[in-house]
This record gives sequence, C-alpha cells and structure tokens, in this order.
Amino acid sequence: MTPTYYLLLSALLFSIGAIGVLVRRNAIVVFMCIELMLNAVNLTLVTFARINGSLSGQIMAFFVMVVAAAEVVVGLAIIMSIFRTRRSTSVDDANLLKY
Amino acid sequence: MEAVHPASGVATLSWLLLALPAFGALVLLIGGKRTDKWGHLLGCLTIIAAFVIGLITFINATGLAVADRVQELHLFSWIPVNALQVDFGLRLDPLSLTFVLLITGVGGLIHIYSIGYMSHDRDRRRFFAYLNLFVASMLLLVLSDSFVTLYLGWEGVGLASYLLIGWYTDRPAAATAAKKAFLMNRVGDVGLAIAIFILFANLHTTQYSVVFANIHTLSPGTITAIALLLLLGACGKSGQFPLQSWLPDAMEGPTPVSALIHAATMVTAGVYLVCRSNPIYDLTTAGRLTVVFVGAITLLIGCVVGCAYDDIKKVLAYSTVSQIGYMMLAAGLGPFGYALAIVHLLTHGFFKAGLFLGAGSVMHGMDDEVNMRKFGGLFKRMPITAVTFGLGYLAIIGFPGLSGYFSKDAIIDAAFNQPGWEGWVFGLAAAIGAGLTAFYMTRLVLMTFFGKERWRDQKSVNGNDFHPHEASPVMWVPMVILAVGSIGAGAYLSIGHRLSDWLTPSLGALQERSAGPLSSIEITILTLVLAAIGVLVAFVVVGRRDVPVVRPERVSWPVRAARANLYGDALNETLIARPGLWLDRALVFGDKFGIDGAVNGIGILFRGSSGRLRKLQTGFVRSYALSMLGGAIVLIGALLLVRFSG
Amino acid sequence: MNTSTAVSISGGGFPWLLAVILLPLLGGVIVAFFKNDARLAKTAALLFSLVEFALTLVVLFNYHASGARIQLAGSADWVASFGVHFSFGVDGIALIMLVMLGGLTPIVLGASWQEKLPEGRSMAGFFSLILVMESLVMAVFAATDVFLFYVLFEIMLIPMYFLIGGYGGPGLRRQYAAVKFFLYSFLGGLLMLASAIGCWSYVESVTGTGTFDWATLTRVVSHAPLGTQIWLFMGFFFAFAIKAPLVPFHTWLPDAVQESPVGVGVFLVGVLDKVGIYGFLRYCLPMFPAASKTLAPLVLVLSVIGVLYGSLLAAGQSDMKRFVAYVSIAHFGFMGVGVFAFTAQSEVGAVTYMLNHSISTGMLLLVVGMIAVRGKSFKAEDYGGMAKVTPLLAGTFFLAGLTTLSLPGTNSFISEFLVLIGSYETQPVYAILATIGMVLAALYVLWLVQRVMHGPLRGKAFGADEPLVQVTGGPGAATDPISRAKGMIKDLNGRERLVLAPMVILILLLGFYPKPLLDVVNPSVSATLTSVGVSVDANQGGN
Repeated sequence: MTPTYYLLLSALLFSIGAIGVLVRRNAIVVFMCIELMLNAVNLTLVTFARINGSLSGQIMAFFVMVVAAAEVVVGLAIIMSIFRTRRSTSVDDANLLKY
Repeated sequence: MEAVHPASGVATLSWLLLALPAFGALVLLIGGKRTDKWGHLLGCLTIIAAFVIGLITFINATGLAVADRVQELHLFSWIPVNALQVDFGLRLDPLSLTFVLLITGVGGLIHIYSIGYMSHDRDRRRFFAYLNLFVASMLLLVLSDSFVTLYLGWEGVGLASYLLIGWYTDRPAAATAAKKAFLMNRVGDVGLAIAIFILFANLHTTQYSVVFANIHTLSPGTITAIALLLLLGACGKSGQFPLQSWLPDAMEGPTPVSALIHAATMVTAGVYLVCRSNPIYDLTTAGRLTVVFVGAITLLIGCVVGCAYDDIKKVLAYSTVSQIGYMMLAAGLGPFGYALAIVHLLTHGFFKAGLFLGAGSVMHGMDDEVNMRKFGGLFKRMPITAVTFGLGYLAIIGFPGLSGYFSKDAIIDAAFNQPGWEGWVFGLAAAIGAGLTAFYMTRLVLMTFFGKERWRDQKSVNGNDFHPHEASPVMWVPMVILAVGSIGAGAYLSIGHRLSDWLTPSLGALQERSAGPLSSIEITILTLVLAAIGVLVAFVVVGRRDVPVVRPERVSWPVRAARANLYGDALNETLIARPGLWLDRALVFGDKFGIDGAVNGIGILFRGSSGRLRKLQTGFVRSYALSMLGGAIVLIGALLLVRFSG
Repeated sequence: MNTSTAVSISGGGFPWLLAVILLPLLGGVIVAFFKNDARLAKTAALLFSLVEFALTLVVLFNYHASGARIQLAGSADWVASFGVHFSFGVDGIALIMLVMLGGLTPIVLGASWQEKLPEGRSMAGFFSLILVMESLVMAVFAATDVFLFYVLFEIMLIPMYFLIGGYGGPGLRRQYAAVKFFLYSFLGGLLMLASAIGCWSYVESVTGTGTFDWATLTRVVSHAPLGTQIWLFMGFFFAFAIKAPLVPFHTWLPDAVQESPVGVGVFLVGVLDKVGIYGFLRYCLPMFPAASKTLAPLVLVLSVIGVLYGSLLAAGQSDMKRFVAYVSIAHFGFMGVGVFAFTAQSEVGAVTYMLNHSISTGMLLLVVGMIAVRGKSFKAEDYGGMAKVTPLLAGTFFLAGLTTLSLPGTNSFISEFLVLIGSYETQPVYAILATIGMVLAALYVLWLVQRVMHGPLRGKAFGADEPLVQVTGGPGAATDPISRAKGMIKDLNGRERLVLAPMVILILLLGFYPKPLLDVVNPSVSATLTSVGVSVDANQGGN
C-alpha cells in the first residue's frame, strides 16, 4: 500500500473541487466544492504525516477542520442572507461589488 | 597715496552728517500726517545742520598738515563673516569733504526752494522725507570707506531717485520713468557688485585703504576687468552711454528733484566712483581709454539730442548727460584729469542746479508747462528768474570769466593734450561738444525768455490760460545764490590750482603735459570760436525767426534722429524689452504646459490606466476564483521549475 | 546601545527644547475644543504662540554660539532594536529657524484674525492646525535622529494638507493643490526614507550596530565610498529639492500658495520650504561630503536656473500669490547657490537668507493679503493707483518689495550679498549668473508695484473695473476723486499695523546691524564646512 495512491486521490478530489467552484453557479454547490478541496488537502497532510512519521501534518489537518467548520458557519449565513434578499443562490447574481 | 589716519577731534562727529538727514527722513516717514505742519522745516533744518557740520569738518581739515588729511572714522562692524569684515566707516578726505559741501550746500538750497515749489502739494512732507533720504544716502556714498558701504549709499540714492521720479505716481509716464531709471541703474549696479566680488576674491577686503594699497599686486587683466565693471556701474548711475536713456525720462519728477538728484549730485556719483578708484584706473590704460571713449560718445549724444528737444527740462537733462560726459572724459585721462573732472563737477553742480531751478520757476509760473514752443518773452514777466538763468547759461557755454570757462575749457585742453590720434579725437569731440552746447542752450534761452509771447493764445497742459509770474523769494533766493556760484566758482576753484592742490591727498597731484597737436592758446581760441558759432546759429534759427508753436514734422533726418534721442530707446525696446517680454511669455507658457503639464500628465496617466485596469474587477466570484487558481498554478509551476531545472 | 557620544546632553536642566516642541501641540489640542467661541479660540491660540515665542527666545539665550556643535540636546530610545531615538538638539542654524518660526506664528495668527474661511470651517480648527503645524516644524528643525526627522518630515504634511485643502480658496482647485502638494512632498520623503535606511545599513555594515543617530551617521557615512555616497545623497537631495523647490520640481508651490489662505501661504514659503535648504545644510553636506562636492555643479546649475527662471516667471504672473511663490523659487535658487558654493560667506548668506526670506516674502504675502481684503481680488490687473488712496499700505508693500529685491539697507541684502560674494570665490560663473537675478528682481518687483500702486485709480477696489478717475498730477492736482476713493477703501487698520510693525523693524534692523545674527550662525556654518572638508580660516580679517 503506497502513499502515492492517497496523494493521487487527494489530487483528484482537489481538482474536482476546484472545477466545481469554477463551473457551478449554485452557491451551495460551490460551497460544498470548497469543502471538498479542504478535505483533499487534509488527506494530503495526513498522508505526508504518515510518510515522514511526524505528527505535525495530522495536527494541521485538525486545524483545517476547525477552520472549515467556522467557515461553514459564516459562509452559510452569508448565503442565507443573500438568498433572503435576492431569492437566488446563484453566485453570478451577487456581482454588485465591482468597479 | 597718503597714509590713512584715524579720525580725531571734530571729525569724530562726522557721523552726524549721515544721522541728521536720516533722522529727518525717519521722523517724517513714521510721523505721517502728524508732521505735515512742520515737516518741510525739519527737512531743511537737518540738511542745514549737516551743512554746518560739514563746513566745520572741512575747515578743520584745511588746518591739518597735508599728510594728515586722509582720515577714517570707524562706526560699527556691519557684515563680519570670517575673512569678510565689512565695517560701517567713514573716510574723511579732501575729496569726500568737498562732496559733502556740494551735497549739503546745493541740497540745502534746493530744500529751501522746494518749500515754495511744492507748497501746493499735499504730500509735501513726504517729499521732504524722500529728499532727506536722498541726502543721507548720497552722503554715505561719498563718505563711505569701503566699496560695500559705497554700494549701500549707491542703491540708497537710486531708491530716493526712484521715489522722486515717480513722485506723481498717478501719471503712468512718471511711474514708468521711475522704474526705467531704477532698472537701468540696476544693470550698472551688477557691474559694481561684480567688481566688489572680484576685489574681495583677490584681496579679501573691500576697504578702500587696503584695496588701493594692494591693487598693484593683481594681474593687469584683473585690474582692467575691475575698472570696466566699475565703469559699468558709473555709466548706470551717471547716465552714460550705453545706459543714458533713463536720465531724460527722469525729468518726470518734480523740478527740484531734477536739479538736486539728476543734475547736481546723484548723477555725478559715477564720476566720483571713477575718481575715487583712481589707484585702480591708474594701473590700466585700457580701462582709462574706455572711460574716455564713453565720456566722449556720451557728450556728443547729449549735445546732439539736446539740440532737437522742445521740452525745457529734457533739453537740460541731455545737457546734463553731455556735461557728465565731459567729466567722464576728464576722469578717463587719469592723473591729467581727475581733478579737472571734480572741478567741472562742482561748477556744473552750481550752474546746472541753477538752470533747473530757473526752469522750475518758469514751470511754476507757467502752470507746469514744459514745452518751450509755448513760452517766449518771459524776460519781462520773471526778470529774476531770467537773469539768474542767463548767468547759468553763460556759465555753461563757457563765457570767458564764468565758471564753465574755467572748468570745461580745462577739460578740452587736457583732452587735446594727449599724444597721437587720441589728442585729436578726444579734443575735437570735446570742442565740438562745446559748440553744440552753445547752440542748444542759446536756443533754449531765446525760445523761453525772448521773442514773441507765444503763450498768450495757448492753453497749458492742465488746460488753463497762462499767467506767468515771478516766483516767491523762498524760490528765487536759492537761484540767486546758485547764480553767484555759477559766476565765481570756476575762477575761485581753478585759478592757482586751488582745488586740485587740495584734492591731491585723494586723487594724486594733477599732472599737465603738452603733447597734443595744439597749444593752450589755440585750443581756447578754437573753443571760443566754436561756441560763438553755436550762439550765432541759434540766433539765426530761433532768434530771428518766429518759432512755430506746433512742432514742424517735415524735418531732415538728423533732426528726426535726434528727436528720437538717436534711437536709444528704440534700440532698448527692440533689443531688450521685446525679446524679454517674449521670453517671459514663452517661459510662463512653458511652465504651465511644459513642466506642470508633465506633472499633471503623470497624474492623468495614472488616472487613465487605473480606469482601464479596474475593469478587471467584474464582480463575478468565479472569475476571481479562476484567476486565483491560475495564479496558484503559475506559482507552483515556477517553484517546480526552479526546484527541478538545476 | 550608546550612540550619542558626539552629542552633549544638557546637564539635567529644564528641557527647554522639548517644551518648545510640545507647547504648540498642547495649544493646538486645547484650541480645537473652543469650536463654538471663535474669539476665545483665537485669543487662546495667540497666547500660546506668544508664550511659544518667549520659549524660543529662552532657547536662544541658553545657546552659546561658541559652545558645542549641538546644544540643549535630549534623547530617549524609541525603537531601540533599530537604533531609532527620540532625540532633539539645536545648532546655530536650527536655532535661527526655531526663533524665526516662533516669531512668525503670532504674526501669521494676527494676520489671519479676520480670515474668511470656507463654509463649515471654524476658526478654532484653523488656528489649532496652525499651532499643531508649528509644533511639528519645530520638531523637524530640532530633530537629531535621521529616522525621527523623516517621520516628522512626513507628518508635518498632514496639517498642511488640511490647511490647504480644507481652508483654502474656493472650489475644487484647493483640493487639487493640496493633493499635489502632498504627493510631491510625500514622493520626496519616500526617497529620503530609502536613503535613510541605506545609511542605517551602511553604518551597520561598518560598525556592527545600525543607528539613525545623526552624529554617528555623519561620522561614519561621511567616509563611505563616493559611489555609495552619491546614491544615498540623491535620496535626500530629491526630498529637499522638492521641498525647497529647485526648478524642475517647483510646480506644486505656486498652486499651493495660490490656493492657501494668506497666513498658510506664509507658513508654506516662509517655513516649510526652509526645511529643504535646512536639510541640505544639516544632512546632505555633513553626511555625504564627497557626494556633495561631486554633485555641486548639478545643484548649482539647478539653483541658478531657479534664480533666473523664478524671476522671469514672477514677472509674468498676474496673480499676486503666484507671484510671491515664484519670487520664492528665485530666492531658493540663491540659497542653493550659497549652500553649494562651500565658502563661509556663502553658507552664512544662505542660512541668514532662510530667515530673511521668511521676513521679506512673508511680509510681501501678508501685504498682498491685506490688499486683497480691500480689493476682493489677487489679480494685479484689478488694481491701480492704490498709492494715492492708501499710502501706508502702499508704503509697506513697497518696503516688502524693496527687501524682496534685496536693496542694500534691508535684511535680504546682507544674505544675498554674502551668498554672491562668497560664491564668487569658488564659483565665479554661477555667481555672475545669479547676480543677473538682481536686475530681474528689480524688474518684477517694480513692475508689480507700478501695476498695483501707481497710475490712475482703477479697479474692483473702487467698485469699477474701468479706470475710475483720471487724476491729473502735479502740484495742485484735483483732490476730489482721491477723497472719494478714500471713502471707499481704508488704509491699514490697527491690527494690520501691529502685524507688520515687527517685520518692518526687523527688515531695517537686520539690514543695518546683522552682526548678532551672523555671530550666532557663523560657528555652526564653520562646523558644517569643516565636515565637508573645507577649512575655514578663523575670524580674522584680511585687513
């Protein structure tokens, strides 16, 4: 069982997440894709921790999870308030903040 | 050069000479309207007191041994910076004391005259303040013991001259003339200033006594440069070629000013400067020759233009220009002429001041009219003025026995007595000048005091009828005193070399030589004949015929040229004024649209480019995400490239 | 970290210098609270400025001209790890600047007493900002730490920015001018910061510990190789060349002066710009002697161009405030020549020129303001014939003009003469070119005097754009139109006389007896010159 597969998997997950963020309009889906990317990174961290035999990568993964949880709270709140005012969750509709 | 002694005795009080008029000026300027009632009296009093002090100092100095006659009085340290130690000090020597008497004497008379002349002016008090300021500055100019304090007085008289020429400030012509005078003087001052710089750079002092003692250690080129720069300063102040054209315009000032500043004293400061700097000029033949040339050219210009003008004051002004030309010519002859220049300066101070006061008296009686074509037959109406004026006239044309005969003929004589071509050129210029002087002065006298009373059916410049009348005693008494001076001063000063001997400690002994083409007798006869021809021609031209009231315009080209003062003003206008104006406009334009344009251009560039760049901020989150991803990929790619390429 | 070896700490006496710096700041804060009572605010501000002036005089009397290079010094650590100190001290040059600023502030406040401020601005804010600025500029002159100097150099822009942008002329122009002023100065300041950091790291590379202490920097950096010095010099030079506008960097000044209230304009040309020349003397010369000498021709060329260019531009202005600004540019040219000619006379001339220029140009600008109060315009062509109607105003205007054109007997002459006679020794060509500026100075001053004061009565001042009356001159001239005009505009009032009187007295006093001033300045200038490697002969005459 080589760590390479884990890394390939995490790269795959990260790419899916990134493409999802870029191509999907629904804010919820975008949000989930971001979560996917974060977890892909977590997987990488844990894998490298395993390879190097140190704990810091795993601790870092915990940090990421905590930050991700906090982010979900704030992010979902923002999406909720946008939905309330605009009756839409499309990220392209919320484009007022521009030049 | 005589040794310099510290002042002692009465001479230590000579600071009062400066302090009194300066005090008067200060009181009158600060006191304002409160001093209106007695201001003119204070003005006269300070000058007369200064004259008395000057006289006492002078008499005291005549009692000293010849070797002790050059004294210095240190007052205070003015600009001390390391090697540069400029002291405020006075140099009391025969030359300066002679000038003190001239300035306070003639100045006092003209102050008294002004009480009457300015009696209708409601700012008379301020007029006296300016006159006092002038006298104080002029005294400082002649009494200073270093070139820097001389410069202080030099600019001070320039300031007073500016203020007084522009006395009638509401007349644009007066304001312009005042500005012109100051500016042309400033051009000359640059020369004087640079001369001072050179002296300091080479000798580390500006004190006369040290400069004169060590001037011979400099290279001949430097000495000539200093001499020429001093001459530039002298030309500016004395209205000499090529800076002569301000002096006639300066006649816009009240007539007492023309008499005191622009005839008797200030305009002779240039001659004073050259004579004072005699140890410098003694060492440079080229410098002296230039002085002579300037003098000769100026005296001819002054005479020629004087023949064509109808404005009584301007004729006298050009006459002043030409008489100072004589003095310059004499000063340029070096040891053969310094003293002659001073003699002529003094006699000229008497007769020209008298002539101007006479002209002022005529103007006073004729409602400020200056056009001689509107005068005529005034002899009967103002006899005292006419007689005193006539005596001044005889003095200036060199009538035998009167002042001008002794002083001017001595200069012509010395001019002829030069070896080679110089004797002919300078001598003939001076002699021809004497003939022309006789012509234009006779013309002036005939047009003003004799002939038909042309003023009867004319109006004055102010639009009134003429009621010519004699001036009040406060005005004619000074004229009489000056007329006495015009008669006797020349003989008194010249016979037995009285003045030149007295001036020897300052100027060196007057030398005489007869190297010229003619003998003294021949020169005298030549001069007298030329003068007589001038008088006769004037008689034929204006005495025997009626003078047209309106100036004839169809005249020959020499007259036209002379009326345009030999195109001096036109030359200044085309060579300096116009190009200067264009340059100025071009620079203002360049500053606004060139330099500032570049600055604002940078601002516009930033604003424009930011306007374009901000379009990238579309508001679509997903495009931001894409650019972030792209950036991340580029970064990682770059890192990998660096990591694995080498 | 002990870096203050060359600085003599005043032995535990009262920290006068600190008091001088802090008092106006305190005053500014207090005055800002009197928003609702303009009269109280003005009186309080004036009182503070007068006490401040007294304090600067105390400093003057505690200073010993022949004593140490930097006196009344005090120092405290600020950012110890970078060797930044909060340290102050004065030499003769800084001292003159302090006293000048101390004396000028009450005059400016007095002149601004009736200033018409834009809508919504209060007198309290205006006077408070002026006091704050006084404090900051005092600190700039007294700073003996290069980093502290830089910080103050930039901070002093802030009150000035608000004074121009908030209290200046009408409309958007004043904001344009304020921003332009700020950006120019800020740009220069950043270049200076880069150089200052460069100096720090050079000192660190030589001695092992970096510091911004001025005395240490001058000791160490002055021995740096020429190439290094030139780079470091350039940063400081641009900052100062912008501040004391040398010619290509000058265009902010006319705009700023034109849009400022008159009092602020006086501060701008009279004080803030002096920081530039002061900086040349205090920082460029002692810290980079070799570079200063190598680049002197460059600065001299710029300065001489400044003299001639500023004079010609001044002659071509119709706005009297812009006129004053261009006159100042010409005068800064003279100062630049004086500083970079490296002779005792020229340097002393430049230093005293800083003071005298404040007096002469300050007075000129104040009088221009007084004219404009009466005529409601700063354009010269809106006036004519004022001399007959307001003789006192015309007289002070003329006197201000005379000292501006450096007439002997006025204060400016001493400085200009010293600059020229000193620079002729080492740089005759530049000296002669600058001397031509004398003629141009007479031209622009007299031309303006003629346009505004002479000629027939005319202008908005009398309620008419056309020539109102043609007064025929000569003895017995018609008096009636003048009397009528006198009814329309008044001559100087008591407050204005009080404001101008000290300047008139100083102009004449310093013109005829400048010795005390020269004696204070001379030793510091000699020390500066010695640090450039010019040996100054002791105080002995050539006679």
